[in-house]
Parts: sequence; C-alpha cells; structure tokens
Amino acid sequence: MNLFANILGKLGPDALPQEMVTLGAGIGMTLGALSLVALITYLKRWTWLWKEWITSLDPKKIGIMYIIVAVFMMLRGFADVIMMRLQQALSVGESNGLFTADTFQQVFSAHGTIMIFFVAMGLMFGIINLVVPLQLGARDVAYPFLNSVSFWLFFAGMIIINLPMVLGEFSAAGWLAYPPLSEIQYSPGVGVDYWIWSLQLSGIGSLLSGINFIVTILKMRAPGMTLMKMPVFSWSVLISMIMVIFAFPILTVTLTLLYLDRTMGMHFFTADGGGNMMMYVNLIWAWGHPEVYILVIPAFGIFSEVVATFSRKRLFGYKSMIYAMSAIAFLSFIVWLHHFFTMGAGASVNAFFGIMTMIIGIPTGVKIFNWLFTMFRGRIKFNSPMIWFMGFVFLFTLGGMTGVMLAVPGIDYQVHNSLFLVAHFHTMIISGVVFGFFAGLTYWFPKVFGFTLHEGLGKTAAWLWSIGFVVAFGPLFILGLMGATRRLDHYEDTGWQTLFIIAGVGVMIIGLGIVCQLLQLFISIRRRKQNLDTTGDPWNGRTLEWSTPSPAPFYNYAVMPTVTERDPFWEDKQAGKTTRPVKYTDIHMPKNTGAGIIIAGFSFLVGFAAVWHIPWLATIGVIGAIVMTIIRLTDDNTEYTISAVELAKLDQAIHSKGQPV
Amino acid sequence: MRKLKMNTKVRLLLIALLAATLISVTCWYISTLHIDILNPKGLIAEKEYNLLVFTTLLGFVIVIPVFILAITIAWRYREGNTKAKYTPNVSGNRIAETIWWGIPILLIAILSVVTWTSTYDLDPHKPLASDVKPITIQVVALDWKWLFIYPEQKIASVNLVQIPVDTPINFVITADAPMNSFWIPQLGGQIYAMAGMTTKLHLNATEKGDYKGSSANISGEGFSGMKFIARASSKEEFNAWVNVVKASPEHLTNAEYTALAKPSKDAPVTYYSATADDLYDTILMQYMMPHESSTEQNVSRDAHTDHSHTEGH
Repeated sequence: MNLFANILGKLGPDALPQEMVTLGAGIGMTLGALSLVALITYLKRWTWLWKEWITSLDPKKIGIMYIIVAVFMMLRGFADVIMMRLQQALSVGESNGLFTADTFQQVFSAHGTIMIFFVAMGLMFGIINLVVPLQLGARDVAYPFLNSVSFWLFFAGMIIINLPMVLGEFSAAGWLAYPPLSEIQYSPGVGVDYWIWSLQLSGIGSLLSGINFIVTILKMRAPGMTLMKMPVFSWSVLISMIMVIFAFPILTVTLTLLYLDRTMGMHFFTADGGGNMMMYVNLIWAWGHPEVYILVIPAFGIFSEVVATFSRKRLFGYKSMIYAMSAIAFLSFIVWLHHFFTMGAGASVNAFFGIMTMIIGIPTGVKIFNWLFTMFRGRIKFNSPMIWFMGFVFLFTLGGMTGVMLAVPGIDYQVHNSLFLVAHFHTMIISGVVFGFFAGLTYWFPKVFGFTLHEGLGKTAAWLWSIGFVVAFGPLFILGLMGATRRLDHYEDTGWQTLFIIAGVGVMIIGLGIVCQLLQLFISIRRRKQNLDTTGDPWNGRTLEWSTPSPAPFYNYAVMPTVTERDPFWEDKQAGKTTRPVKYTDIHMPKNTGAGIIIAGFSFLVGFAAVWHIPWLATIGVIGAIVMTIIRLTDDNTEYTISAVELAKLDQAIHSKGQPV
Repeated sequence: MRKLKMNTKVRLLLIALLAATLISVTCWYISTLHIDILNPKGLIAEKEYNLLVFTTLLGFVIVIPVFILAITIAWRYREGNTKAKYTPNVSGNRIAETIWWGIPILLIAILSVVTWTSTYDLDPHKPLASDVKPITIQVVALDWKWLFIYPEQKIASVNLVQIPVDTPINFVITADAPMNSFWIPQLGGQIYAMAGMTTKLHLNATEKGDYKGSSANISGEGFSGMKFIARASSKEEFNAWVNVVKASPEHLTNAEYTALAKPSKDAPVTYYSATADDLYDTILMQYMMPHESSTEQNVSRDAHTDHSHTEGH
C-alpha cells in the first residue's frame, strides 16, 4: 500500500466513481470516448486526423477545433443545468431531490467553470481564429505555432475538467472556489486541485493567444489598413486581447498560491496562520471582472459587423464604438470590488466602486444606441444573425438595468449572492456573449465551410433561446427578491417551488433551441449542395473576408488586398471595382507540426500529477514540455514556399469551380 | 392588397392581445407571491427597498425608450418596406451622438449622487441613531448553523435570534467555518461572516414577526440548511424570552462550544442559559494564534480581549 502511494500518490481504487450519478456519467463518458476512437479506427481516419487537423497551424482549422470542443462542452454544461433544475424543482420540504448536497455542489461548480472557460472562451477563440486573419487581409496569425500550443493547452484543460467524472471528484466550492472553503481543511479531496489545474492550463493557453492576436492585429494588417480603418470586430478583439494579457497573469498567480496553500501548508489565503481569504477574493475578481468583458467585447464586435451588414448601411459612430469599447475595457479593471460589497469595506470604498461600475453603463448604452441608429434608415434583412441581435438588444438592456441596480451598494447588500444576481449575470452572459457568438458563427460559417446554415432552423433557435431565457430566468429574479440564495440543493419554503418549476420549463425551451441548432447543423451539412456559397459573399458583406472565395483557401488571399476605406469590400462593390489586378508572388506558409499537442500533452501530465500528488510524473511532464519546446524553437525549417506558379494554379482552380471574383 | 393589410392588422392585434394577457397573468401571479425584499419590516430594509424602487424607475427611463426605438426602427426599416428612407452612407451624426452620450451621463450622475449618500447612510458598520439603548448580539457562523451570543444577557441560542422591535441591534459577526454571509432579507442587507475577523451589521426591526434568515454564501455540504429565524417581538416578549433561555439547563462552556462547532446539518434551535466568559473573543482569537489547525485545537481560555486589530477591513 505504501509502495502504491509512493508511485501513484493519492490515486487509488477509491478514486473510481462511488455514486450512481457519477458512475453513470463516468461510464457514459468512457463509452463515448471509446466509441469515438473505434469509429476513427474503423474509418481509418487517424492519419488524416493527425495530418489535417491535430498538427495543423492553419488558424481556420484551429478555430474549428476550438468550436467543436466548445460545442461539446456546452452540451456537458447544459446537462449540468438540467440536473440543477431537476434538483431545485424537486428538493423542497420533506423531499431531498435526486442528488446529494455534495454531488449538487460539484455539478454547479462544474457548470460555471465549464461554461466560462470552455464554452464562452472556446467559442470566442474559435471565432477569433476563424475571422481575424481573414478580416485583416493576412495569411496567418503572427505566431502560428504558438496558436497551436494555445489550443492544445485549452484542450488539455478541458480533459482535466472532465476527468473527475471517471477519477475522483470535482470541486464543490463554486466556480471561483473561495477560501477557506477551497482550502485543504474544508476540501480535502482532489476536486479543487482538478479545478486549479484545469484553469491553470487553459488560462496559460488564453494568455498565449492574447499575445498572439495582439501582435497579429498590430503587425499583420493589409497595406493601407490603418487602425482607424480596421473592422470593428478586429478592434474588439484587439481590446479584448489587451485585457487578456493584463488579467490572466493574475489568475495564474492566484491559482498557484491557492495550490501552494493546499499542498505545501502555506498560508496565503487560510483563515489562520496569517493568511487572508479577502486577498483571494480581491485577486480572483481582479481577473474575474475583466474576464466578463474579455468575453463580451468581441461579441459587441460581432454585433457591429452583423448589424451594419444586414442593415446594408455603414456602422453608425465607428469612432464612438471604438472609444466606448476602450472605455469599457479600462473601467472593467477598476470595478472588481462590486463583486463583494458585502465583505465589509468602508462606505467610501463601496461607493467609489459602485459609481465606477455604473459608469460602465454609459459607453454600453451608447453602443446600443449606435447599433439602433445603424439600423435607422437602413434596409434591414432579418436573417438569423439579426434575430440573435434583436434578442440581445432586449435582454441585454434589461440585464444592464439590473446591473446598474446591483452597482448601488445599498441594493447589492440585499440581493447579493441571491438568485437575482444569478439571473442578472446569466442575462449578460447569455444574451451578450452567447447570442453574440451564435450570431457570429452563423454569419461567418459560409466563409469557413463554403455553404450557409439553414435559415429557418437558425431563426427558430434564436426565438426559442430568447423566449426560453425569459421563462428560465424571470422566475430567478423574483426568487432572489423572495430571499432565495444561489446554490441551494434544498429549501424549506414551498412558496418557491412553482417558480423553480417554471424556470425548469424555461430550460426545456432553451433545450429545444439547442436541438434546433444541432438539427440545423445536421440538415445544413446534408443539404450543403443547395446552399453553396459560390460568390464568397453570401450576405452582401462589407469587409475584406468576403472578397476571398468561400471556403477561404488555406492561404486566405491569393493576392494581398490593399485597403483605402473603412468598409473596403463594400466600397469596391459600390464603385464597381469587383476585379483586382492579379499578380501572384511566392508565399510562405508554416509547416504542420505535432510539437503543439506534444507540449500540451506533457503539460497535461504535469496537471494530472499535481492533482494526484505524483512527483515523478510531474517531473517527466515538466522536462518533456521544456525539451519539446527547445527542439521546436531550434528548428529553423518551419516554413515552406508556394511558388507564384503553383499559387496561380490553386487560385484559378478555385475560381473555375465557382464564379469569377 | 387591402385584404393582406387587414390580415396584418388583425395579426398584430392578436399578438398585442396575447402579450397583454401574458403580462397581466404574470403580474397577477407575482402579486400573489410573498416577496421578502418588497415587504421590508426594518428601518434598513425599508431604505434599501426605496433605493431599489428609485433605481428601477430611473432604469426604465432608459430601457423603455430603447425598447420602443428597437421595435419601431426594426419594423419601419425592414427590407420589405421600400417606402422608408434609405441612407446607406450615413456613418454618424455629431448631435445625435452627443445626445446619447449625454442622457446616460446625466442619469448616471444623478444615480452617483444617490449612491454616494445612500452608501454612507446604509453602511453596515454605522450604528443606527436612536433614543433606545441598542442591544449587541454576537453572531458566529458555524458548520452549518448560526450561534447567537447575547453578551449583556449572558445567554446564547442556535438558529434563532430574538430581538425587540424599534430597538437598534448591533450584530457583531464572525465565523468559525468557511466564509458565510449573514442575511435577514426583511430586516436588511447581508454581510460576510469570516473566521478571525469581525464584521458588523446594524439593523432595526419595525414590525413584530418571524423573519427568514440564512447564509447567502456557500460554506460546504450543509450550507442549504444554514437557516435561522429572526423573531422580532415587543420589548416585554423579548424579556420573557430571555428568561426562558435563562431557564435552559444547557451551558455554553468552552468544551460545549467545541462540540457545537463540529460540523452538523440542520441543527435544531437550542438555548444556552450561560456562556463562557469572552466566548466570542476566544473564537475570534483562535485564528490569531501562532498555530495548529483551529478546529481540532481546544479553545484557549485566556484569549486576548482586545480585538481592535481584527476588524474586517
């Protein structure tokens, strides 16, 4: 037994699932993974997968992989939602519902963490990868290999957060794991360590992506595209990525300190020994608040593109929009304390942070008005991205109003940590971030895959999500005002039950929306021949990415575009300049490499070993990751050349299939 | 053409009717509910309620125009309406933009002033002005129950706190457990309870009644059961209750406290007719000691009584 512990650390037979729910989930996940492996083997697709996807440095492919992971994680996070809604609809008075308190707490902790880190962040980086280089008129990102490392670190984090279903347990301390609850005295299991290392790996991936896209946007824009002629989406990404490099190091350090507390007996955040839990709460929100804006600002960028395109009109107040986003980004770093007005800070401190918070409402309000006045005197086509936008306008405005209410400390004292708060931030994140990303996915889908998504199902999904949202979260606002706190696995007050059941019905409506989206994807793929985007410009677009064929070739542009206007493609179309002089030159593209997944694989071993206290495995992981990095960095032969002649052939082949540009 | 128009009109009318029905049914349903925060029974809760109503109304000043604008613009400038004006090249208007930078700035300026004054007014640390002598109650969040110590009466209770109406109550709060949040919605807002630190909350009940209290911050497995009753009664009833507690055979000695502090779920209401001297300070000071995990350690008897450096901020 001792030997066992020496080799495997805390890992032993008792790490296997003990309870029916986790056992079921564990078996389901294992079977799912095995059947996926079997399917790939049966179809003899391993080489293809390795050559075309895993080792690919094409940001479009990396983007697609981000989105696939995010979609699967959304289904997982939604399964958690169903469990929570079932429990809260049933667990009243005498009944204890379906799950134990511990399971329920693991479920909501996993829900929050997964939805933010692996769904919202995954969709965001996915869309950024797909769109930003195209929109800038670039062939690639600044550091294609780093991009691959980022994705695979994100993937490794995703594996770690799903492992508790088969090995051990997940954190039951909520999505931000406040100490001292998350300290070893109160959470002796491996759950919090899983949480720490999942976030640690994906967080480092996000930081690297942040650096990558800042450099890409600053250095790789097409000739003539000054910053003030850059598309708004790219602007939003620039702002968001700057926030990433300021915010994510705080997360990395905070998680490290918590891990040191838990494993080395240190006292950064403990209640005793001179630790200070309030320091953790400050640090985690100094990252956590900007994080929300890191997610929502790119969504604002997407809406700006969508509204201008479908209103067939220039974006109203381009400069205002940029200033507003920059102001929001700056302010988002000085409002973190509004997450804990109730921690006992003095009146001046609370009032300052409250006022700073409501000031964010000003630029956000301006953005809403600018979007509405982009539509004003336009010719609005209500395609599904516009339906998502309309849902966003109504819900986000209401969410913003409840946000301003929560910014007043006197009101926050009453509704903090209640379901009112839960309903508020879901309004912001679902209508802002999620609707934005869905709109973006629908909008740019043809550019990446060469055919459009089924419109009817897309619109139905947007309606179902919007209506379902109101039904699911309306009751939570009221429950919060009735004194229902968040995270209850059980309650006595029978007056609450009806509202919880209505909220459950809302979740079912959202579920139907998700079914529509899956169906939409399935049907669109089957009927892709009917919806082919032969022009490369299905929406009558305005920015550069619509000037290249769909699906965009791996080199993005055969001939580098030059830019003189803000909406270059639209202006060209207006002026009738639909053909450009074609003069091919040699281009350089990055070679595929497996180094990204190998480094992330070793990093995964570090995370896994750290969770289970297996020193030798951690050592292998660290050394492996460093050695692989050195090998890759000393390799000078990482690019290949496509000659002008070859490029001309490739380009003409695409054009002879579709229509001339 | 005319028939089509009629149909659109009828359809719009039907949609409006349906919406109106839905809204009125919802409103009717909400009016049948007992909503704690909208039924304040204390001075602080009352002020917080007023603030909530004021901010909501101010919010509507922005929200309603946005909704109306969104609906009318979306309808009027839809693709099918070719009669509407179309100006594809307009990309801004200085006056218009000044207006919608200006209006939110004005509203937020108003709200900022209200926020500044109300935050001072409602500061949980601020003692309430009153002619009546305040009562101090020490609150300890435990795994997973609430301990209330009445230092002046030298009594204690678990999961029930009784207070006289129209009397300022000074809650002095700590935890011997993970972070919790002490919250009685009908009497006023919450504040965190943290080990080794003291936070304060000043409330004043204006009406007799039993009010729900709970922990609003997750503190582990038994968190959902961390509920208590806040019973506001007349001065006489309060004194009678104190005497009932004083008749209890249970004494909250240090040893008894150590047993009580062990994790337990859904603890019943318990009264203690006597408490160890300076029990609250002892609980607080365990976390100041040079060491050993606090839960296993016996509570030290001669703890310092000076806790000026242990304030929660």
